[in-house]
Amino acid sequence: MNPGPYIAGMGIVTSLGFGVESNLQSLISGEAGIGKMQFLQSAYRDELPVGEVKSENEQLSQLGNLPGGWPRTALLSALAAREALDQAGWDKKNAPRTGFISANTVGGMDRTENFFRPYIKNQDRGRLADVVYHECGAITELVAAQLGIRHFVSTVSTACSSSANSIFTGARMIRSGQLDFALVGGADALTLFTLNGFNTLMILDKELCQPFDENRRGLNLGEGAAYLLLCSEKGMDALKSKALGRLSGYANANDAFHQTASSPEGTGSFLAMKGALEKAGMEAADIDYINLHGTGTPNNDIAEGTAIRLLFQPSFPKMSSTKSFTGHTLGASGAVEAVYSVLALQHGLVFPNLRWQTPMKELPFKPVTALLKDQKMRHVMSNSFGFGGNCSSLIFSAA
Amino acid sequence: MKMYIRSSACISPQYSLETKKFFNLRISPEADFIKCREPDYDLFVDPKMIRRMSRIVRMGVAAAITCLREGGVEMPSALITATAYGCLEDSASFLRRMIEFEEKMLSPTSFIQSTHNTVGAQIALMLKCHHYNNTIVHRFFSFENALIESDILLSEGNTDILLGAADEFTEDRHRILSRFGLYKKQGQKTGNFAGEGAAFFLLASSPGSSPALSISRPEMIFLPENMEETGAILNKLLRENGLTKNDIGLVLDSTTGNRTNDLPARTVLDQELKGIPSFPFKSLCGDYPTAVSFGVWMAALILKEQRAPEWMKDISFPLQHILVYHHTGASHHSFILVSAA
Repeated sequence: MNPGPYIAGMGIVTSLGFGVESNLQSLISGEAGIGKMQFLQSAYRDELPVGEVKSENEQLSQLGNLPGGWPRTALLSALAAREALDQAGWDKKNAPRTGFISANTVGGMDRTENFFRPYIKNQDRGRLADVVYHECGAITELVAAQLGIRHFVSTVSTACSSSANSIFTGARMIRSGQLDFALVGGADALTLFTLNGFNTLMILDKELCQPFDENRRGLNLGEGAAYLLLCSEKGMDALKSKALGRLSGYANANDAFHQTASSPEGTGSFLAMKGALEKAGMEAADIDYINLHGTGTPNNDIAEGTAIRLLFQPSFPKMSSTKSFTGHTLGASGAVEAVYSVLALQHGLVFPNLRWQTPMKELPFKPVTALLKDQKMRHVMSNSFGFGGNCSSLIFSAA
Repeated sequence: MKMYIRSSACISPQYSLETKKFFNLRISPEADFIKCREPDYDLFVDPKMIRRMSRIVRMGVAAAITCLREGGVEMPSALITATAYGCLEDSASFLRRMIEFEEKMLSPTSFIQSTHNTVGAQIALMLKCHHYNNTIVHRFFSFENALIESDILLSEGNTDILLGAADEFTEDRHRILSRFGLYKKQGQKTGNFAGEGAAFFLLASSPGSSPALSISRPEMIFLPENMEETGAILNKLLRENGLTKNDIGLVLDSTTGNRTNDLPARTVLDQELKGIPSFPFKSLCGDYPTAVSFGVWMAALILKEQRAPEWMKDISFPLQHILVYHHTGASHHSFILVSAA
């Protein structure tokens, strides 16, 4: 078995709250962060529920002592990244070979939307300060400079699997000896662009989503950021903090079926999960819990469920989609759910799949619907599948 | 581990798909931008699919297919795409309609094609390639970071990695970036101009057919404290490849004629690379964040053919090592070595 890099620290911001502890408390109490739109100024504010981080940008800046005028994605990113580093006791003076590999899909689109309003009427108008952070990479660079990391900085964008891919890019770089520490994860803020984009695809649920339910209607969008500080053996020794877990398997595959839809048999999902097991040197039976991609769309859940049936039958691990709490945080979701997977391992918990009622008739299993405590947890699988057929699976193991 | 370039293909403003012509004819723009010479896409892709693809996707797909054909490989073991801006045309088109129609009556088409992984996804879809697929979107270092990932994948035992970069020119991009004063003024003969392109490379851990071409891992620095730090990473690259500056026969640099932006790189060129012939590759492909992929493509072609285009001067052959120096102002500097064997 390949033990993989250590996880030395975690940080998270979602609609469930700021920080690992408040997210854990919400997961335990079963309180979803999804609800009526309060902060995003959309024509759909009374129609589409979302999982918003419950603060205006100004409050986020103050909370993190960050400069004003940053795009929301960068604010969320900086808050979660700082928590992960602090929890691990990371200090840049003692950790020169640290990389920051972050993922996002919207970049500074919230600010670009502001720019475009006057610009489309008159091309000499629109504040240029509103477009300087448009690129996804600009968000990562803002936060990297703030944290003082410049040894290796990169940005991944593969739609909804983005931050799963940034996590294992970092793991690879540690494994190949190029980094001692890799701060990995991702961030995405809610924007009108993504909300309307998903709305045109008619995959948003007007009620609270019901992943893996026979009568599921679609997904709710969310926002957030999450990071893990991965480190080598040598890095872990230098930190003097305790390891929270390990990343023991990871794989990426492409569904190669359709730009936005998953293949009915879930080819990409199957290959990603199978690849992650192989990488970890594990059998399907070694997995105690799957944190599902589980968006709540008819298409995703049947593709993912079919792939799980093929790979795991006849005996299935416990499963749930924590998107029933946070909504789909897109580029952040792989990292948000990585943090939840490690929390499940640390505390022996299986978080519930909220609002589940009816089994899917095609599937021989159902998700966990109430919090399970005192579980023996050795290995947790976390799935992230996205547009463009990009599918990734990660396996986390107890430290 | 050494990385070999088995084949490459590039769609650019030059005759880069017709390499014979590339050596004779150089295209320079009058305007402050230059766009790609696009091929007849029906030769590469099912015309029904082409109609649904935006320009960046068409260019990326055609360059990728050409590269695979040249390399005689049908299915790469991994596909890594680099893009700084992603699918700008579709992003702007969706954004514009969303604002104009106040979030009502929108069609999903441009949103679907706006995600940054569309180029990589469409290539995978065409090839029915289920293998590793990633998209790196890290501004001026997108291509370099994708090259680092390719190096790791090769050292893990993968072979036939398809690595590419694509960024597109759009009118909105040009209008907005012009307002930052990046480009030359109307009537000016020299100066910076905007560009675009798509370049793909098939990388492997063994040389394959001759002549063998190799590419180094990039050395890069983000926010160097001074240009001595930049010089130091150049020296590190040379040391790690067992070379000295005397071994470099040509430098392809990314100066653009925008004096302020070029200044830090000029210092490095003057102090560290003095006396070595250099040529500014953005004078051919224009300015865009992943233009370094054009520089690498050009270096590989010159080494493969062992001759320089007619419009380049003072380069002696045989030529073994070309240094590609990619830089943007004082913030991003990278060096890549492309070598014969």
